[in-house]
Amino acid sequence: MVDIIVCAKYAWDVAEIKIDPSGKPVLEGVPRRISDIDKNAMEAAVNLKEKHGGTIKALCFGPASAKDGLKELLAMGADEAYVVEDPSGGMLDTAATVEALAAAIQKMGSFDLILCGEATTDGYTGQVGPRLAGKLGIPQVTYARSLSLEDGSVVAERDLEDAYITVKVSMPALVSVTREINVPRIPSLMAILKASKKPMTTWKLEDLGLSKEKLEEVSTLKTVKLEGFAVERKRLIIKEKPVEEAVQELVSNLLKEKVLGV
Amino acid sequence: MAEEKFDVIVVGAGPAGSTAAYMLAKEGLSVLLVERGRQAGAKNMTGGIIYSRIVHEVFPRFWEEAPVERAITSYNIVFLNGRSALTLNFKCPRFADPPYNAFSVLRAKFDQWMAGKAEEAGAMIVTGATVDDLVMEDGKVKGIRSGGDEIFADVVIDAEGAKSLLVEKAGLRGDFNPADVSVGVKEVVELPEEVIDERFAVGKGEGAAFTLIGGLQGVVGGGFLYTNKSSLSLGIVARIDSLMEKKVKVHELIEDYKMHPYISRLIEGGSIVEYSAAILHERGLRQVPKLYTDGFLVTGSAACLLINNLFTLRGMDLAVASGAAAAKAVLRAKQKGDFSASTLSAYESFLRENFVLTDMETFSRVPDLMDNRRVFTVYPELLCLLMESLFSVHPAPTMKAFRRLRELMKGRVGLFEALGDLFKVYRAL
Repeated sequence: MVDIIVCAKYAWDVAEIKIDPSGKPVLEGVPRRISDIDKNAMEAAVNLKEKHGGTIKALCFGPASAKDGLKELLAMGADEAYVVEDPSGGMLDTAATVEALAAAIQKMGSFDLILCGEATTDGYTGQVGPRLAGKLGIPQVTYARSLSLEDGSVVAERDLEDAYITVKVSMPALVSVTREINVPRIPSLMAILKASKKPMTTWKLEDLGLSKEKLEEVSTLKTVKLEGFAVERKRLIIKEKPVEEAVQELVSNLLKEKVLGV
Repeated sequence: MAEEKFDVIVVGAGPAGSTAAYMLAKEGLSVLLVERGRQAGAKNMTGGIIYSRIVHEVFPRFWEEAPVERAITSYNIVFLNGRSALTLNFKCPRFADPPYNAFSVLRAKFDQWMAGKAEEAGAMIVTGATVDDLVMEDGKVKGIRSGGDEIFADVVIDAEGAKSLLVEKAGLRGDFNPADVSVGVKEVVELPEEVIDERFAVGKGEGAAFTLIGGLQGVVGGGFLYTNKSSLSLGIVARIDSLMEKKVKVHELIEDYKMHPYISRLIEGGSIVEYSAAILHERGLRQVPKLYTDGFLVTGSAACLLINNLFTLRGMDLAVASGAAAAKAVLRAKQKGDFSASTLSAYESFLRENFVLTDMETFSRVPDLMDNRRVFTVYPELLCLLMESLFSVHPAPTMKAFRRLRELMKGRVGLFEALGDLFKVYRAL
């Protein structure tokens, strides 16, 4: 039996962000969804539960509308879901996020394992997992590409880019997973129907003994400028010429643009 | 595992499905609305004119809360040839007052609004799930199959749009024929709101609609251009058999279109933000399948409910009307506790009462008119050439209009052929 909490972000769909003529990114109307890698974390949790039994709770610090995203995690296999409402509209930094998540986790009761994605698909800071482990005072394993339980301990293979390292850690612990760990399931119609009957709890910061002001105090990272930049296409066309010359020109251009070579 | 059963399952959260789900949920029935897209409207591409009076009957004063773009007050029919264009323009300021006549809509927003109404009324919406098949027992529809799951209902309402796999599964129609199917492509071109107001000479919140005839390399089809709040929807609908015959691709046709001076000026300075394609059924009444069987009703584009009479291309209003008629039929069946084909056949009479089928009958000859290639090639050319000749002055003896026309017709179309065609237009419209 293993009791798991999966932390998930209701992230902006960055592919849908447009840049207005003045160079500002337009966030209004941009759809949100659960950050991709957090779904890998949920899939990993479901796999562990299927093998060892236990419970899965999904937790999100985000807008009230995050409930729509959490429904997907419930359909994937979470037993219940919690939203802590963020009154700032996503403008707080990772320290404040961790403050809110930690307070929620303490209120949620005991757990064996916290899983999260290695980073979110919008902010991509990769800080929330490690900071959360620090705040809760539990061991952490980052960048796990595989995960299993052995005699009450977590065994994980970490992806360090130029090497893999297998580690074993006692629970309770926090593990952040990579995209490679699994392929998140697409919930079936029946699973989606069942998910609608699962409990969903919404907390305000005040329910956790926190406040907007308190989080703003913790949130030391200030956004001073927000601007988008568009990458223009080069629109280079190699006109009809002998194949050898055309290839030469193509290769030299690719080298110049550092697409090829080092 | 406990069996999942609803009173009604509606497949597809477009205007037809959401209307049916809304009306049934409002009456207290348990309704499951299944949508294949990530959200309602995600898989939709209609150019986007919805005629308002019929929608107003189901959702009174919907324009006050629904995300409509512009009230259409300027209607245009354009004949294209070479680099010239002949336009017939009708402006009607009265169409800017409630209950209006038509609105341009962007389906991604509009469909979400309508699905939201169904959800508010108590329907359960599941998105991102595909319905693969029907659950049949003794030839009766008992539910739907999605992946490995079976979900049951007294009635399944099919509102899945033009591809309508389930109509086939229910045994209500066979496979499609290329001559019966058209392909539509649409681009959304973004332009500032003020530029659109000025360029199309419309008041605030008002918009223009264009039906374009000709200029498609002789392919059977036509074009449309609608003004949204701060974008234009430009599209082409072409018959698949005709595209195959002429060996052209529909995306080439839309590129051609954009090069035509008439169109290029309207879209100038805009940036393309969306491109989509879909299939349509323009064959009218003869293409409409049987609309019901035991435990099953077909609505909207799945039932090929579409009217193209060259002036207007109606689909969404018929979808809403058919969704409403289906809901009424299901409510009656629920009262009787009998969901057999004979009870559900009331659906067809409701579709007559609200004029969906009678309007389809009125324009049932239009598809034959479209079979006549001259409508898309010779006549737009002839009209434009006649205008050119009427307006040009040469240092040569001039001619009266009808003689000019006879001259121009030489080698293009015979007088009797033309008169015959004119008679067919008269009968069809």
